[in-house]
Amino acid sequence: MIRAEHICKSFEGRTVLDDISVTFDTGKTNLIIGRSGSGKTVLLKCLVGLHAVDSGEIYYDDICYTALGFKERKAVRKNIGMIFQGGALLDSSTVAENVRLPLDLFTEQSEAEKRERVEFCLHRVRLENADDLYPSELSGGMIKRVAIARAIVLNPRYLFCDEPNSGLDPQTSIVIDNLIHEITEEYNITTIINTHDMNSVMEIGEKIVYIHEGRKWWEGTKEEILHADNRELNDFVFASAMAKRAKRAI
Amino acid sequence: MVTKLFAQIGQYFILMGKVFSRPEKLSIYRRRIIYEMEALGFNSIGLTAIISVFIGAVITLQMSINLESPFIPKYIIGYATRETMILEFSSTVVALILAGKVGSSIASEIGTMRITEQIDALEIMGVNSASYLILPKIVATVLFFPFLTILSILIGIFGGWLIAVFTGIMIPDDYVTGLLYDFRLYSIIYTLIKTCFFAFIITSVSAYFGYYAKGNSLEVGKASTRAVVASSIVIMIFNLILTQILLT
Repeated sequence: MIRAEHICKSFEGRTVLDDISVTFDTGKTNLIIGRSGSGKTVLLKCLVGLHAVDSGEIYYDDICYTALGFKERKAVRKNIGMIFQGGALLDSSTVAENVRLPLDLFTEQSEAEKRERVEFCLHRVRLENADDLYPSELSGGMIKRVAIARAIVLNPRYLFCDEPNSGLDPQTSIVIDNLIHEITEEYNITTIINTHDMNSVMEIGEKIVYIHEGRKWWEGTKEEILHADNRELNDFVFASAMAKRAKRAI
Repeated sequence: MVTKLFAQIGQYFILMGKVFSRPEKLSIYRRRIIYEMEALGFNSIGLTAIISVFIGAVITLQMSINLESPFIPKYIIGYATRETMILEFSSTVVALILAGKVGSSIASEIGTMRITEQIDALEIMGVNSASYLILPKIVATVLFFPFLTILSILIGIFGGWLIAVFTGIMIPDDYVTGLLYDFRLYSIIYTLIKTCFFAFIITSVSAYFGYYAKGNSLEVGKASTRAVVASSIVIMIFNLILTQILLT
């Protein structure tokens, strides 16, 4: 479980996050949704510690993450996996090298054990025979799969995904969404996904938090979102003509 | 502007503090140092060799044109070529050239990693990204650039000999006599010390500009240019300081 309490963050006097308090549940796919520029990515980066918060606290289970020093945070970070918008694979390393990097750095496993673990993770994301390829040789969907494999290689307890579907076609998006959802359930991970893709919301969203202009505007389930009485949220959820027609049908 | 300069210098030293903090795992660093030696050092041999052979030849040619006097022995041309190559060209000028080649490569590589969130990915894994990315480059260049300097001296001197042989501006034996005249080992030590400093400057300054790059690919290009300019200026300043300390 990850809990944020009264998070505030501003850049050069411009408030980006304003008093956000939210709890993300273990074993569930928690979605942060909102328009571009609403503060979703900043919230995610504050949660993982890439941005320091101006005020407020973040708890990983019972550990107050914001109160930890650099060294103590390292211990928590070993339990965090993150999938970035563009994949963020190391360009100079092959697929296998990218996935095994955390093993090389933080475990004392033998070569055979590492190879086996890398193979397992790549198999888990249904990506085989790609070990020796470089990121520049991969498609967008394959990059996301490698990023997922790298994120889960150390069996993380917390998984963060920043717009995992960006740049992917709808079919591949659903495959990636389902993969993240399966992994979350299988390993009982606290997963937080940052997205503005309504397909993802309806496909895998178990807990949804809507951020609007840096504030938490609404939270609930995917069933509740369709009937929410909140104008800004409805404008976002039913933005397309097709969705508006669907809303009228509901 | 002065405030910004001091802020940057402070930020640079903070970054160096992170770079030289305890590495995660030495075996990983060993592998990366070897990789960087190839990428930053070995791959610069060709450029260094081509420039050195031509500069050596040009120095010899210019010396022979300008020292045309019955009172100046011909072997002085060989001596002057050797001293120029050892004292200044093979360390300082080669460092300036490598600041362009290696420095821009480091700044753009790390800058691209920054804007594509690869550095953030390392940080999330709990890796000290500054140390992981920059330390192997610094170690690799500080260890390898002295070899480039020695190579540059030898090839430059060889270039001078070639021009003496093929143009007939002087007797090659005179050139060799000049090369052996009043040789002091300390000159080599001086130039190698300078090279180590310059290698550190090129790598760390360029890495600094790349590491703090923000925005898009345009900004990476600008960071790369700033890295080359700043490295070149710092090299010239340290050239003066080190010469004052080591040769006077």
